[in-house]
Amino acid sequence: MRIELAVNGIECVGDVEGRTLLSGFLRDGLGLTGTHVGCDTSQCGACVVHVDGVAVKSCTMFALEADGCSVETIEGQAAADGTLNAIQQAFQDHHGLQCGFCTPGMVMSAAALLKENPEPTEAEVRAYLEGNLCRCTGYHNIVRAILAASGQDVSAIAAE
Amino acid sequence: MPKDSGIGASSKRREDVRFLSGTGNYTDDINRPGQAYVHFLRSDVAHGRLGAVDTTAAAAMPGVVRIFTGADFEGVGSIPCGWQVTDRFGEPMQEPTHPVLAQGKVRHVGDPIAAVVAETYEQARDAAEAIEVEIEELPAVVDMKAALADGATKVHEDLTSNLCYDWGFIEDNRDSVDAAIKGAAHVTVLDLVNQRMVANPMEPRVAVGDYDRGTGDHTLYTTSQNPHVIRLLMGAFVLGIPEHKLRVVAPDVGGGFGTKIFHYAEEAFCTFAAKAVNRPVKWTSSRSEAFMSDAHGRDHVTRIELALDADNNFVAIRTDTLANMGAYLSTFAPSVPSYLHGTLMAGNYKTPNIYVNVRAVFTNTVPVDAYRGAGRPEATFQLERVIDKAARELGVDPIALRRQNFVTEFPYATPVAVEYDTGDYNATMDKLEQIADLAGFPERRKASEAKGKLRGLGVNCYIEACGLAPSNLAGQLGARAGLYESATVRVNATGGLVVMTGSHSHGQGHETAFPQVVAEMIGIPEDMIEIVHGDTAKVPMGMGTYGSRSLAVGGSAIVRATEKIINKAKKIAAHLLEAAEADIELKEGAFSVAGTDKSVAWGDVTLAAYVPHNYPLDDIEPGLEETAFYDPANFTYPAGAYGCEVEVDPETGKVTIERFSAADDFGNIVNPMIVSGQVHGGIGQGIGQALLEHCVYDEDGQLLSASYMDYAMPRADDVPFYAVDHSCATPCTHNPLGVKGCGEAGAIGSPPAVVNAVIDALQSGGKDVTHIDMPLSPARVWAALNG
Ligand code: FES
Ligand code: FES
Repeated sequence: MRIELAVNGIECVGDVEGRTLLSGFLRDGLGLTGTHVGCDTSQCGACVVHVDGVAVKSCTMFALEADGCSVETIEGQAAADGTLNAIQQAFQDHHGLQCGFCTPGMVMSAAALLKENPEPTEAEVRAYLEGNLCRCTGYHNIVRAILAASGQDVSAIAAE
Repeated sequence: MPKDSGIGASSKRREDVRFLSGTGNYTDDINRPGQAYVHFLRSDVAHGRLGAVDTTAAAAMPGVVRIFTGADFEGVGSIPCGWQVTDRFGEPMQEPTHPVLAQGKVRHVGDPIAAVVAETYEQARDAAEAIEVEIEELPAVVDMKAALADGATKVHEDLTSNLCYDWGFIEDNRDSVDAAIKGAAHVTVLDLVNQRMVANPMEPRVAVGDYDRGTGDHTLYTTSQNPHVIRLLMGAFVLGIPEHKLRVVAPDVGGGFGTKIFHYAEEAFCTFAAKAVNRPVKWTSSRSEAFMSDAHGRDHVTRIELALDADNNFVAIRTDTLANMGAYLSTFAPSVPSYLHGTLMAGNYKTPNIYVNVRAVFTNTVPVDAYRGAGRPEATFQLERVIDKAARELGVDPIALRRQNFVTEFPYATPVAVEYDTGDYNATMDKLEQIADLAGFPERRKASEAKGKLRGLGVNCYIEACGLAPSNLAGQLGARAGLYESATVRVNATGGLVVMTGSHSHGQGHETAFPQVVAEMIGIPEDMIEIVHGDTAKVPMGMGTYGSRSLAVGGSAIVRATEKIINKAKKIAAHLLEAAEADIELKEGAFSVAGTDKSVAWGDVTLAAYVPHNYPLDDIEPGLEETAFYDPANFTYPAGAYGCEVEVDPETGKVTIERFSAADDFGNIVNPMIVSGQVHGGIGQGIGQALLEHCVYDEDGQLLSASYMDYAMPRADDVPFYAVDHSCATPCTHNPLGVKGCGEAGAIGSPPAVVNAVIDALQSGGKDVTHIDMPLSPARVWAALNG
């Protein structure tokens, strides 16, 4: 079945099966392999993208359901010249990633959080990340990075 | 002032840019032209005799390229085990065969029976459902004690029993330890379980096999921590492919934690099938499949006895452990409960008599192998729990009891065969008391109690052995591989360097940290240095990354190769400067003649090496590239003190981690930011083990915790910010960087702190609870409170 959608601002056309997941379409159909798949029970959040501005686990949505939508993925977050956006930069500055596998989902979830709550508390960040698993960082530097990206001073939270 | 580059600087990670932009290159991102996809039909019973596997209907389904069964792998090698343990009677362990696809029997839920190669994943999966398999179900062997009982069903009928080995360490000390315990003033006994864990790197395993008929070259892309080891194990033992015809690539890998060390059947299958169907063959594990096919970790059942004299000095330790091997021997499985566990049983303490007995057992469960820490967390947990219990029984302060028994003089030879080179356990304990504000604990307890909560404090120490290992020693202990590391440093004409390392980065930040070392040695910017890893075609040799060995062993190889580069470059510089080689000094990227202002820049020397117009051609060859193999002289011994404060809700049994502090001695530090991150991640996993995670089988061998719905992974709101410190540094004495390794400490040091804290909380509430097995779920804690 044919779908038309905008991905990172670019109009795309796809031919998908009814059972094709949005995550699969992004990865295999469009070659946007930044969106990761870490589970099959919609628990890990490695696959989070934005659909019409809302954070969605792309493994829980059929590609068909994205027909006519505007989808944002990790590949569309940096500026055209490659400059990282504020959240991406905070993740690098505060060592919010190690293996990088959870990272695209973390960045996309963080962006959604800061959109609805521009200055979250530590507890709010931790609660919001309920659907994003990271096995590497123990979450310490992810939470710091998101607080820092919101403009809050994290220097009092031990870095080293 | 913190440095801004070189050794000791918190250089930002260069690899982050691609990971943050979605342009990493993980194995599942790799697609080969014309590739087909494989789906494995896996056993849904734990133990059964395989009858006919009828693939006729499935083979006729749309898109099916070919279906493979165990019969296709007759004459192909068994998945090998890389470590042979000798039992306490001097006999080799029992070692079963492990076919790529099941032959004759299935032995655990998830054991692959058949593999469908098809045009798409969906078609492969659909066809697999149409395969008809006759299985005569056999009784499942799940419980380790039952597995060892007389007349127990055997997992492997060609072995004499389900006992892999009965290992005693050190066997000659068995009687003297018994005597020391008999004569002791006090003996504390603790029975405990170190539960089965699933490593769960966020990236599931993937394998892509590729074969070129024109050249006869095989390529395997795989999610591995050690591609050269896979090349050797799979090439030499399973498929009979010589190393020069087999390339193994492990590109960006999304976490490993041990479970991506091992050689897996799926890797051999994709390599084999790619040739058989003459197309690339790709397998991507689903998470559900990962739970039943990734090697699991831990799964020990232990009795530990700690004997003390009348002055509370430790006089003897005796342990008796059952260790689950699962259905087959995974690559390093036999070494984990034996040498990686028994050698650490002295901990940070000078106990003169120690004897460790381990019986490794086959069961109808997924194979068990190294998981972050591998044997050392099990040793630490037993020891640090029994010390806490002894302190309570004796009515002494648990920190004081530890301090009293600390090893304080180095080098120290333990009664379990290792020699600690350096350490200062009082210093890390002092540091912990400070960063954890232990003095403020009574006030915080009062505040918790005012809210109706119980508050507990748990402290423990740990020591671990990293930097595996002197090859000759490992060989004596049964390793079937060397444990050196290699590095090649290639200097280009214009002065930039490429460092090819056998270590593999899957989150550790080698691409950033290793250049810091080389930049420091030569005095050039870090961005002139590039790290290449994870490809047997690019890196000459490697033993890979596990056991916190990358910097201590791989980094040392890089130092040695760079030293060779510098030595040769000095010869060239001496020629250019018309000076004696002995007078040449290298500082900040320039060679100068000592005591003069004559100098020549790094780039001029490297250019001369490749444009040797003015060059000592009679003495040395052109070019500037060197290789070094570094084989360590000893293990390294990171150590530290960890502290945890919990609140327990007596109404629900829920445990909340209020504070977690870690004071580690990692020796010298190259990148403090990365080191802290390693500790954070380890603590996260340790808290996960202590409170949440548990891989559970029912008595029929069905895997009950087979997805993230049932296996509780730690999430952001399960953990606090951690206070970590690694300023107490006693540099390692035998490697050139003085480093010890930091990758596993957090996972080793944290579970006992959490459990000690919960027991302390319950005791403060007047409950005489001495132990609860992990995970300390609300149900278990509530039961202990109300039992
Ligand atoms: S892949 Fe979507 S939640 Fe795990
Ligand atoms: S950085 Fe590896 S899973 Fe989060």
